[in-house]
Amino acid sequence: MTAINLPRGSILGTRVQRLEDPEFLTSGAVYTDDIVDERLTGAVWVTFVRATLAHATITSIDTRAALATEGCVGVITAADLADLPAQAPMMPLYPTGMAQPLLATGTVRYVGEPVAAVLTDSRYTGEDIAELVNIDYEPLPVVVDPVEAATDETLLFPELGTNVVCAKPLAADDDIFAGCEVVVTATIQNQRVAVAPMEVRAAAAIWGADDRLTAWVPNQGAQGAQARLARMLGLPVAQVRIITPAVGGAFGAKVGADPEAAVVGWIARHVGRPARWVETRSENMIAMTHGRAQVQSVTIGGDRDGRVRAYRLHVLQDSGAYPRFGAMLPTLTLLMAPGVYDIDRLQLSYESVATNTTPVGAYRGAGRPEATAAIERAMDLFAAEIGLDPAVVRRRNLLAPFTEPITSKGGAAYDSGDYVMALDTVLAAAGYEQLRREQAIRRERGDAVQLGIGVSVYVEITGGGGEAGASKENATVQVHPDGTATILTGTSPHGQGHATVWAMLASEELGIPIERITVRWGDTDLVPEGGGTGGSRSLQQGGAAVRQAARELVDVARERAADRLEVSPDDLEIDYTNAGLVVRGVPGAGVTFAELAADEPLLVRSVFRAPGATYPFGAHVAVAEVDVETGRAELTRLIALDDAGVVVNPLIAEGQRHGGLAQGAAQALLEEVRYDEDGNPTTSTFADYPIVSATEVPSFELVTTETPTTYNPLGAKGIGEAGSIGSTPAVQSAVIDAVAHLGVRHIDMPTSSMRVWSAIRAANEGTEH
Amino acid sequence: MRLSITVNGQAHADDVEPRMLLAHYLRDVCGLKGTNIGCDTTSCGACTVHVDGESVKSCTVLAVQSDGADVTTVEGLAATRSGPNGMHPVQAAFQAEHGLQCGFCTPGMVMATAGLLAENPKPTEREVREALEGNLCRCTGYHNIVRAALTAAETMAASE
Repeated sequence: MTAINLPRGSILGTRVQRLEDPEFLTSGAVYTDDIVDERLTGAVWVTFVRATLAHATITSIDTRAALATEGCVGVITAADLADLPAQAPMMPLYPTGMAQPLLATGTVRYVGEPVAAVLTDSRYTGEDIAELVNIDYEPLPVVVDPVEAATDETLLFPELGTNVVCAKPLAADDDIFAGCEVVVTATIQNQRVAVAPMEVRAAAAIWGADDRLTAWVPNQGAQGAQARLARMLGLPVAQVRIITPAVGGAFGAKVGADPEAAVVGWIARHVGRPARWVETRSENMIAMTHGRAQVQSVTIGGDRDGRVRAYRLHVLQDSGAYPRFGAMLPTLTLLMAPGVYDIDRLQLSYESVATNTTPVGAYRGAGRPEATAAIERAMDLFAAEIGLDPAVVRRRNLLAPFTEPITSKGGAAYDSGDYVMALDTVLAAAGYEQLRREQAIRRERGDAVQLGIGVSVYVEITGGGGEAGASKENATVQVHPDGTATILTGTSPHGQGHATVWAMLASEELGIPIERITVRWGDTDLVPEGGGTGGSRSLQQGGAAVRQAARELVDVARERAADRLEVSPDDLEIDYTNAGLVVRGVPGAGVTFAELAADEPLLVRSVFRAPGATYPFGAHVAVAEVDVETGRAELTRLIALDDAGVVVNPLIAEGQRHGGLAQGAAQALLEEVRYDEDGNPTTSTFADYPIVSATEVPSFELVTTETPTTYNPLGAKGIGEAGSIGSTPAVQSAVIDAVAHLGVRHIDMPTSSMRVWSAIRAANEGTEH
Repeated sequence: MRLSITVNGQAHADDVEPRMLLAHYLRDVCGLKGTNIGCDTTSCGACTVHVDGESVKSCTVLAVQSDGADVTTVEGLAATRSGPNGMHPVQAAFQAEHGLQCGFCTPGMVMATAGLLAENPKPTEREVREALEGNLCRCTGYHNIVRAALTAAETMAASE
C-alpha cells in the first residue's frame, strides 16, 4: 500500500455525490426512446423482421400483404440497399466475405439476423405489420457448437472454404512440460452470456437540410459510432453527425454502431422522413452481441512443491455468425494468459470460428476475464492434484512486487503491481484460515450444506487504446464570464459519473465549485474527436486530459492576468477561493478567471497522451454454501481487493466494482445463453435468461489499496471491469471447492444446481467428468 | 376506449386503443418519459409505478384497466413526501448511496423501493433484496440500491 499525498482540503479522493443524479431520480434521464425533438416530428417507426431460422437460403420475401395494410409506409429489404457499398469486415484481418450485410442478402446465418425493415406510423402497427412480411426459406445445415464449426464440415460461408475467422496456430509441443512432476489438463467452458444492458438498442435519425445524417444512437463513443455508421452507409465521416442521448448501460456492446442503426439512417435519407427505432428485449437478447463464448483447453505442469513450470492455453473462440469484436477477444486472452504468475514456459494459441449464432462482441472485461478464468481454474486443478491449498500454490508462483514496468511472458508490459500484497491482504480480510477451519468442521460432520472457498488473483489491462485505438484523449475546458465552466470530453459516460468526476478534476485546478461546471460529450459537432468509454480507459486518459487542460488554462490566464495587473506572471498564484489569480502576498490584488473570460474567451483544448496501457490488479475470495443433496449453490460472501491506482472518487469507484462483481458472480452461478441443436435461442427473454437479481448476490466486502501508476499524472488505472475479472473464477472455484472433498475437481459455469448435483453424482460413481 | 385517470395528481381523460399498455400511455400520451420499459416479459421492473398506492409494473397493465385509478410516476414522487434537496427521501437516499449508475432501472427501482417502505417501513437487508427481486439492475450489483433502501428507511423513520 502506498500512501498518497494530496493537498489539504483537496476534493480529490473524497466521496462526492453525483451531480447528475437529481435529474435521473426525479424526471429520468433522456434516453433515445425518450427524445422529444421537433426535428423528429413525423418520424416513421422502424420494426425489423428477423430471421427465424439459424441457417437458410432466402427463397422469397413477399411484402404485398404488409404494404396493403393501413399504416404501412413501406418495407425495406436488402434489394433496396443495393446502392450501398459492400460491407467491410469490422477488423482488417477478418475475411471480407464474412462481413454482415445491413439486411440479410440471400442467406440468413443466425436467428435474429435482420432481414427486412417495416416502416409504419406507429410502434404498435409496426409489430402488427412485421408479422405480415412473408419470408420463405430453404433450410441449410446448422452448426452451433464451435468445436464442430472448427472441423469445417458445415460451412457458413462455403465460398471461403472455412469457418475460421482468424487464428494463432496451435503449437502442440509437449516439450514445455518436460521435467514437470505433475501435469494436469482440462477443457473449460467460458460460456456465452447476454450483455443485457437495461436499455435496449435504439436509434433516431434525420437527413437534414445540411445534407447530412444526424443520428441519435446509444453508444460508448460518438466518434466511433460516427465512423462506423459512415462506413456502413458509404458516407464521408463529415456527412454523419452523432448526438448521444443518455445511455442505459452498455458494457462493451454499444461500441460503434450496429447494422440496424445504419438501416435507420438509410431510411431517414431515402424515405424522406425522420426515422425511429427501439428494439424489444426479446430482439435484444438475440440480436445484440453476446459476450465471452470461449472453449479453453488448458494444460498446467509443475512440481509437487507447488511451483508451476509450464502453462499451455488454446482458446477456441465462438465468434457467432459474423465476426465482430468477439473474434478478436482471444488476442487479449492470450496477452493476459499468465496473469500474475511467474511461469517459465508458455504455449499460447487460438482459433476464432463462425457459428450459426448471434455475433459475439465485447462484454465487461472483453478477453481478460477469460484469461483470468483459465489460469485460475488451472491453478486450482494443479493445487488439487498435488494436494496443496490453492492459496499456498498461488503465493508460491506470484511475480515479485515491482514499481518499474516489466514485460510478462504473455507479452504485456505491466506498469506496477504488488500481487503478494493483494493476496495476503484479501486472505486476511476474508479470515481465510477461519473459513478453512469451518469448512473442515462441516466436512467432518457430513453436513448437507457444505462450505466452499474460492480464491483468485488477477492482473488486467486497461486503457489499452479506446475504440480510436490510441492511448490518448482530448478535453476542452472553458471558463465563462459568469464564472461557470464547461468541459468538453472525448469520453462518453453511460453510468460512470464523468459529469461529476471531470468537474472535480477541473475544480481542483481552478477553484470553481463543481456545481458550476458542466461536462458535455457525445455530439460530434461539439467534440469531433474522442476515444469514447471502454476498456476502462476514461479516467486515466480522459480525466488526465481534463486536468491537463485545466492546468494549461491557468497558464493562459496567468499571462493575461499579468498584463492586466502589470505584474510578472511569476508573481501570480492561484486564488482557489475566488477562482482566479492573485498577486502573491497582496490579498485583493487579483483577477478572477470569469473577469478574464469577459475580455476574451478563456478556453484550452488539450490532448493527453499516455505512454501505454495500465495494469490494475487484485485478489478476490468468494465463499459459497452448497447443498450437496440438491446441488444448490449460494454465494454468501465476496471479498474483493481491487487496486486501480489512485482513486479520485471512492463512491463511484466502489460502484464500478460492485457492478463488475455481480456480473462476474452471475456468469459463475447463473447466466448462460443457450441454443438448441437447430440454432434456436432458448434464452431469448428475461423470463428465460437467468439474469442476476438482488436475491442472488450478497453485499460485497471491498478492500482498497492504491498502487499508483506513473503513466498519468493522476496515478489512476482503470476500474470499470476489474470486478468481473476477479470474481468470476473466485465464485466458480468456491462452488467447486464446496464439493471438492467428494471428489469433484471442476464444474463448468454456470454452476447450476443440475451441474453441481451431476458432478457430485459422477464423482461418487468414480467417473470422469 | 375512454380512459379517465389521475396521474401525479392531475386528472386526464383520453381516448386510447384498448390494447395500449399503461406504460405507453404514461410515456406517449402523458409525456412522462421517466417511466422506462426494459423488457417484454414483466421481468425487469423498469416501468414500476404506483397505482392506487401499490407498486405495479406498468408494462403489464392495459391503460384502460387503470380507469379511475390514481397513478404516481417517478416525476410525481417528490410531491408525495418531501426530503433532502426537494426530493423524496428514497430519491435522496439513492443519490447519497450512489444507488444508480446508468439510471435506466432507477425510476422503477425508486418506485419499487418507495412501495416497499410504505408496506414495511423497517425492512431487513434480506427483505429489501426479496422485495426488489423483480427489479433488475445491470450496473450497481444491487449493493448500493440495498444501502439506499435501508438509508431511506432510516431517514423516513427519523422524520416521522
